Amino acid sequence: MKRLGALCLLFALAGCGEREAHAPEAVPALAEPVDVVFGEDGRPLPEVLAESQVVHRGNGEEPQTLDPHLAEGVPSSNILRDLFEGLTTTAPDGRIVPGAARHWDISRDGLTYTFFLDPDGRWSNGEPVTADDFVWSWRRAVDPATGASYSRMLSPIVNAEAILAGESPPEALGVEALNDMTFQVELKDPTPYFLGLLTHPTSYPVHRPTVEQHGDSHVRPGNLVSNGAFMLDDWRVRSSIELVRNPHYRDADDVLVERVVFYPFEDENTEFNRFRAGDLHWTYQVPNNQFQWLRKNMPQALMVAPWFGTYFFSFNLTREPFEDNLALRQALNLAVDREILTEQVSRFGEIPTFNLVPPGLPEYESPETPWAGMTQEEREAEAKRLYREAGYSEQRPLEVELRYNTSENHRKIAVAVAAMWKQVLGVRTRLINEEFRVFLQNRAQRRVTEVFRSGWIGDYQDAFTFLELFHSEHGRNDAGYDSERYDRLLQRIAAERIPASRRNLMAEAERMILADQVILPVYNYVTKRLIDPRLKGWEENVMDHHLTRHMFLVKAKSAIEASEEADGGE
Amino acid sequence: MLKYSLRRLGSAIPTLFLLITFAFFLIRIAPGGPFDSERALPADIEANLAAKYHLDEPLVFQYARYLWQIARGDLGPSFHYRDWTVNDLIIQGAPVSFLLGAAALLLALVIGVITGAWAALRQNRPADYTVMSIAMVGISIPNFVMAPLLILLFAIVLGWVPAGGWAFSFDRMVLPVVTLALPMIAYIARITRGSMIEVLHSSYIRTVRAKGMPEKEVILRHALKPALLPVISYLGPAAAAILTGSVVVERIFTIPGIGSYFVQGALNRDYTLVMGVVILYGVLIILFNFLVDLIYAFLDPRIRYDDGETET
Repeated sequence: MKRLGALCLLFALAGCGEREAHAPEAVPALAEPVDVVFGEDGRPLPEVLAESQVVHRGNGEEPQTLDPHLAEGVPSSNILRDLFEGLTTTAPDGRIVPGAARHWDISRDGLTYTFFLDPDGRWSNGEPVTADDFVWSWRRAVDPATGASYSRMLSPIVNAEAILAGESPPEALGVEALNDMTFQVELKDPTPYFLGLLTHPTSYPVHRPTVEQHGDSHVRPGNLVSNGAFMLDDWRVRSSIELVRNPHYRDADDVLVERVVFYPFEDENTEFNRFRAGDLHWTYQVPNNQFQWLRKNMPQALMVAPWFGTYFFSFNLTREPFEDNLALRQALNLAVDREILTEQVSRFGEIPTFNLVPPGLPEYESPETPWAGMTQEEREAEAKRLYREAGYSEQRPLEVELRYNTSENHRKIAVAVAAMWKQVLGVRTRLINEEFRVFLQNRAQRRVTEVFRSGWIGDYQDAFTFLELFHSEHGRNDAGYDSERYDRLLQRIAAERIPASRRNLMAEAERMILADQVILPVYNYVTKRLIDPRLKGWEENVMDHHLTRHMFLVKAKSAIEASEEADGGE
Repeated sequence: MLKYSLRRLGSAIPTLFLLITFAFFLIRIAPGGPFDSERALPADIEANLAAKYHLDEPLVFQYARYLWQIARGDLGPSFHYRDWTVNDLIIQGAPVSFLLGAAALLLALVIGVITGAWAALRQNRPADYTVMSIAMVGISIPNFVMAPLLILLFAIVLGWVPAGGWAFSFDRMVLPVVTLALPMIAYIARITRGSMIEVLHSSYIRTVRAKGMPEKEVILRHALKPALLPVISYLGPAAAAILTGSVVVERIFTIPGIGSYFVQGALNRDYTLVMGVVILYGVLIILFNFLVDLIYAFLDPRIRYDDGETET
């Protein structure tokens, strides 16, 4: 038993062990922050700022890559937004503001964009950022040899689609350096959301000499040269990615955070524990089962904000039982009580919806469906009527397979939806859980799916990012919606120059998807995370872009009081 | 001995070859590919990616290419972590897993053997029952229950150690090491006790006791050594498993070891990464089983591996 005693002693001694150098200040987690006071220059006064401006941030999975042209997924985008800067960038509230370009001209026909680069723009090695950098980088992004996952983002540019299809060389791309500081882009269609696309990593410039010298390993620490507010200092795979302030950044004087450390987490409970222990200022997500606890115990840190995404189920329109059976699809759609799903099942403040496009766009409002205005009883009565019309009854119930990929939340929602169908219509649902890649493949092949979980987070701030999913040739049109009229409508939207008409066309397209019962919308996503109240400059925005350069850490009230007491004692 | 070692080494090569072959074709049977994602890739880009990684070639060619590649010590690029090669990932992750695993192994061995032997000497007495009941509990509690409990107590409530993260320091290592070691301690204690009791009842122990040898010497010199044989044979595969990391412990403590690559690699269809860790695991298993056999010979004078005699 002596051994056990020794072990306990070891535990006790561990408390004296030194914390890591970059750990947050030894103020207990969730200390109350001081009130921020801004000086005349618009910057917070030095006395309210915390001494250590090192932000520790949980960041989901380990990023697949930090090459902006190859990257996909939210975790890598979060890091890339700090490392790089596109021609435009996002303000804390989500507005699109000048980035590497100080200002721009848009031709009257909306097809030519001329960007005047910021003369102070610098790479992290001090070299100026030039128009040639953008020309070279964008050609690289659309070159099929690069294999950029999001190259489609640049497809509004003249010849981009031909280059992506391997029919033209990358040099044919409609971009040009008029001089060192002037960059011109020719679009094939007026694309009102084009400036928003430029905040996406695919449009970021990469440093040509570095890429040419190091090839695939150009993004490793020591190699990577970037043009954003921060530069890569250290990258330990599945441990941390550390960025430091880029002293050459065009606006370096206004960047207060010295260092930002991104930690990957494979488990949200672990991240939550690290936050509670005071190791993180900012979490990527929160454990679903802790929501009520958090609302009660950490309301000042819990941030739930609308997100630009929709959770829905899709019907496979190419197979029985949903092929050519509008009434059946509508019956299933109406039988689902969204409020129960969001309030009793997902329970995270998600917003019930009957639409495809999420709310929150400045330029667009979704059309209201006739059934959105009904009460749930009315919807259920209508669902029963349609179910009979479709040829089903209690004696002859529908048997259907509901597919979803492995996740606790998806499972709970699927179980609840199946129960609602059973209760209202008597449908017999078989739940099929699949591992993600098997699920994706089955969805894309459309050979075994019937009704399946879908969901989409908008790639850019425009309704089109949702509407284009249902183009007959879109790679993610897993429902198999194939409507010539809809495809033509999308073309007209792309070519439309007058904002009001474009808005109407988009509403018409969305109305078509909903009236044709292609999908069963459930709710609009929310982002949910914990943010240390001492981290200031964070604002919610629907695109969920949060640049560290707008943030800073302030002192805790208790720390100031303690130092005042110490001063008074002298 | 040298001859024996060479022979063992020779037989390791076909074993590894079979392992590689099976793993290579099995992972390819899984539906979906490494570049599938919710954002569908344009067909041309997908074709380009496939060509870049030679995934467009017939499987047999890919297999031949892969064998040639690993023969030169190159495990290939990771399909998922695209800035790194599998060699990079293993070189970064393996030392972490090795260190953690070795510490846990050592802790488990020391505490397990001592408590096991101690219980054996008090066979069927309350102390024995108590220790063995605790050990049973230790074996039964899975580490995904134990780890969060330890974190809650020592990191959140008491605040003595960090809640996770990796550094080569005592305070960051203690919880994961203890989590890994606890079930092994229990297991080793039970094995040691069982085999110790058996040895203590054997005739040669009776003989040395009859000769009047002091009890301390009887136990340390004559009983413990042969009693350790089953522990050693348990340790071979256990060491290979623990040194290649633990998915659960790495997840819960955010430790950048290589254990997660078995699972993440398979889920991401990161063919080369899965192959890399499987090969590493295979090599370690073969190596440790060989070491176990050598230690056997050292501990038990009846075992000899030279030609002409029977192998155990």
